[in-house]
Amino acid sequence: MQNQKLAKKLMKKSKTARYERFGHLLSLSALLLIMAIVLGIIVFVASKGLATFFKDGISVKDFFTGTLWNPGTKTPGGHQAVGALPMIVGSFLVTILAALLATPFAIGTAVYMTEISPKRGAKILQPVTELLVGIPSVVYGFIGLSVVVPFVRNTFGGSGFGILSGTFVLFVMILPTIVSMTVDSLRGGSRFYRQASLALGATKWQTIWKVVLRAATPGILTAVVFGMARAFGEALAVQMVIGNAALMPQNLTSPASTLTSVLTAGMGNTVMGSLQNDALWSLALVLLVMSLLFNLLVHMIGRKGAFKK
Amino acid sequence: MNRTQKQSRFAIACLKAVAGFVVVILAFLIGYIFITGLPNISWHFLTSPAKAFNAGGGIGIQLFNSFYLLVLAMLISLPIALGAAIYLNVYAKDNWFTSMIKTSIEILSSLPSVVVGLFGFLLFVVQFNYGFSIISGALTLTIFNLPLLTRNIEDSLSNVPDDQRQGGLGLGLSKYETIIHIVVPASLPGIISGIILCSGRVFGEAAALIYTAGQSAPALNFADWNPFNIDSPLSPLRPAETLAVHIWKINSEGIMPDLTQVSSGSAAVLVLAILIFNLSARFIGRKVFERMTSVK
Amino acid sequence: MQNTTELNNKPKRFIYDFNPEETDITMQTKDLEIYYGKTLAMHNADLKFQKNTITALIGPSGSGKSTFLRALNRMNDGVATVKGEILYQGVNINQPKIDVYEVRRRIGMVFQRPNPFAKSIYDNVTFALQRRGIHDKKTLDRVVETTLKQAAVWDQVKDSLNKSALSLSGGQAQRVCIARALAVRPDVLLLDEPASALDPVSTQQLEATLRELKKDYTIIIVTHNMQQAARLSDYTVFFNMGEAIEYNKTRKVFTRPKVQMTDDYVSGNFG
Ligand SMILES: Nc1ncnc2c1ncn2[C@@H]1O[C@H](COP(=O)(O)OP(=O)(O)OP(=O)(O)O)[C@@H](O)[C@H]1O
Ligand SMILES: [Mg+2]
Repeated sequence: MQNQKLAKKLMKKSKTARYERFGHLLSLSALLLIMAIVLGIIVFVASKGLATFFKDGISVKDFFTGTLWNPGTKTPGGHQAVGALPMIVGSFLVTILAALLATPFAIGTAVYMTEISPKRGAKILQPVTELLVGIPSVVYGFIGLSVVVPFVRNTFGGSGFGILSGTFVLFVMILPTIVSMTVDSLRGGSRFYRQASLALGATKWQTIWKVVLRAATPGILTAVVFGMARAFGEALAVQMVIGNAALMPQNLTSPASTLTSVLTAGMGNTVMGSLQNDALWSLALVLLVMSLLFNLLVHMIGRKGAFKK
Repeated sequence: MNRTQKQSRFAIACLKAVAGFVVVILAFLIGYIFITGLPNISWHFLTSPAKAFNAGGGIGIQLFNSFYLLVLAMLISLPIALGAAIYLNVYAKDNWFTSMIKTSIEILSSLPSVVVGLFGFLLFVVQFNYGFSIISGALTLTIFNLPLLTRNIEDSLSNVPDDQRQGGLGLGLSKYETIIHIVVPASLPGIISGIILCSGRVFGEAAALIYTAGQSAPALNFADWNPFNIDSPLSPLRPAETLAVHIWKINSEGIMPDLTQVSSGSAAVLVLAILIFNLSARFIGRKVFERMTSVK
Repeated sequence: MQNTTELNNKPKRFIYDFNPEETDITMQTKDLEIYYGKTLAMHNADLKFQKNTITALIGPSGSGKSTFLRALNRMNDGVATVKGEILYQGVNINQPKIDVYEVRRRIGMVFQRPNPFAKSIYDNVTFALQRRGIHDKKTLDRVVETTLKQAAVWDQVKDSLNKSALSLSGGQAQRVCIARALAVRPDVLLLDEPASALDPVSTQQLEATLRELKKDYTIIIVTHNMQQAARLSDYTVFFNMGEAIEYNKTRKVFTRPKVQMTDDYVSGNFG
């Protein structure tokens, strides 16, 4: 019957159907490769970083509370000198200080770019911030070394290397990032409310403060967290200006160190599998976990922001 | 003028001052880079090899290494990122698997580059025994590059109106053919801009490279283009310090007598390259778009 | 208005039944139910479509015309759940074993907004053929000429076949899209408001084109334009709230509708 002939034709798997399966599998495998990489990074770094505690028998408490970092030697108290507290404190200090400094400046600039002088903002500031977001961190480090460090030395005394220089460098580095993300979130808000607010007789400032900024708060928070994540993970720029002394920072201008600076400076000088090396991987693990936490924070802000709307 | 208006004026003036201050910082930054850097750039500087202990060295090999690594990393990451972006754009359903995928891409993109570099060190340099080499560096840069490139391509793909897809499917074509032959070409301007912008990021990356591509730039024989010879510029197994790593390296060592000049020159070259990448991303994207929509 | 329904004692639905001997049915739906997620978007729509006719689908916005049309060539796959049978020349194409690409080749579709690909006019028309492995220049040239002539744009574009199709006017682009659909040699053509983005002159030309195409194809067209349906089609289906309310010869639907709701709709007293 003709019907059956047609049915057969229609049920034959066409070349197109085979293409489709091929394409589906191909693109899926690209994606699975990326996922495998992410998983690989987490597993590798975790297994290396945990070896310090499981294989070398360092206590977690010593690691997080000890203030003497010289893996392979002992503290005066007889413990292994694997105290990461100075680096952890250093990392948090530069990150938080840089974010505290950058946030008001970034918000002010972003508001200027979107609310006060949108034309100039779009024409000049926008491309400049975009360029600065893309400037390599070694360039920031170099400028820090040749401008910020001498400036700190001449103003506050000391060598100039330390938390303060690190903070300044990171401040300048994350500023463009926070500005451009804040601008995005300010632009995202609807024109309607600010016009309504102005029409109701609110001043420009009241509108900005009560309407524009309030609506953009989740976006701004996200921008700040992104900036902090970038600052926390930044290695070379910080390493170039912080002084690289694994000591508890006494003040803002004494040489100190961060997780990343000790990692970059130390990894080349240790032997794979030794305690010295494992201890460095533990620092990398702390970095990794912090990065995951920043990610989680961004997600939580996003969810809360979505909830409020 | 009443109080609230005065308050508003004052606050706005403060905002302007803050913005002005930031502009000054940004202008100083860019001005500093170019004013201290550009005078140090010469043809000799751009083409001759570096000298570790004497003044007057150049950045020729480092510059070549940077571009070579960039090209390799892009060649490796582009097909993977395109594939992943296509999956996300076409096949991904709204379920837990997709959100897991998206989360892992986000995680990868926010990972500190030094962690990526250490992973590359562990896997490629040590495990695969590639040593400090171009190939280790390129593969590590690929990992560094994948999440952002994937996201950029996916954004461009999703900017293509849905009726293009419908048109392809309506002709009896598969989703795969539709995306490859219709949607990808239609989003080419965006994809190209995305690639160029990612290139800028890869070009300036250093932390991921110091323990993968290495920190030394052995002399190259620019007459020998056989990739199997170790002093050929194309050799994938030679160590390859890039320009960004060079800046870090000479400053941390502090041995080179003219290190400030070399660093500022190198920094200017880097920033100039990024600037060119940024501008050409806009320009080429627009040109491709015009080319596609206009009368041939 | 409401009372007249009861007064006239008219039926709630009316579906024309073809006489099996004298007709050649190309497409038919049986026990059709279409769901978006859990919501039922279409039911009570068992219809037949006769070969070499134009059937118009009319009805208020949201009544399910597009939903129904897109089910006919399985364009709803992955978007909606379609239950029941869709017969194409007697074969149920709504079953998993069927190769959906071959179905869509045979049952072509033209969309509301002209959607030419970002390619040359020539490539727009021949693209699907090339993807199916036909690269012979002569064959492709011939297809381009015949289909563009069928779609009545040949004279306007024959000198600029290598121009980007994105540079065409809306009416031209829509007719190139029709040519593109014809190039893969379908025998059913589904059109979803193909003229809604066009000016009156282009619309008229498009209608003339469709009347011409009727000789070789079975055409089903969604339209919001009552005059267009009346002018163009042989049969008309009136949809409302996800149901086929009335299906009859076009003349009858517009002059003597059997269902009161249809009467209200075509005379503009609806809602
Ligand atoms: N993708 C979808 N997901 C969920 N519901 C949908 C989807 N598409 C359509 N619907 C719903 O199905 C119903 C029928 O929609 P359909 O688009 O078929 O109507 P229509 O008659 O073509 O309307 P119009 O004349 O406006 O094109 C509507 O209630 C619509 O909201
Ligand atoms: Mg519709």
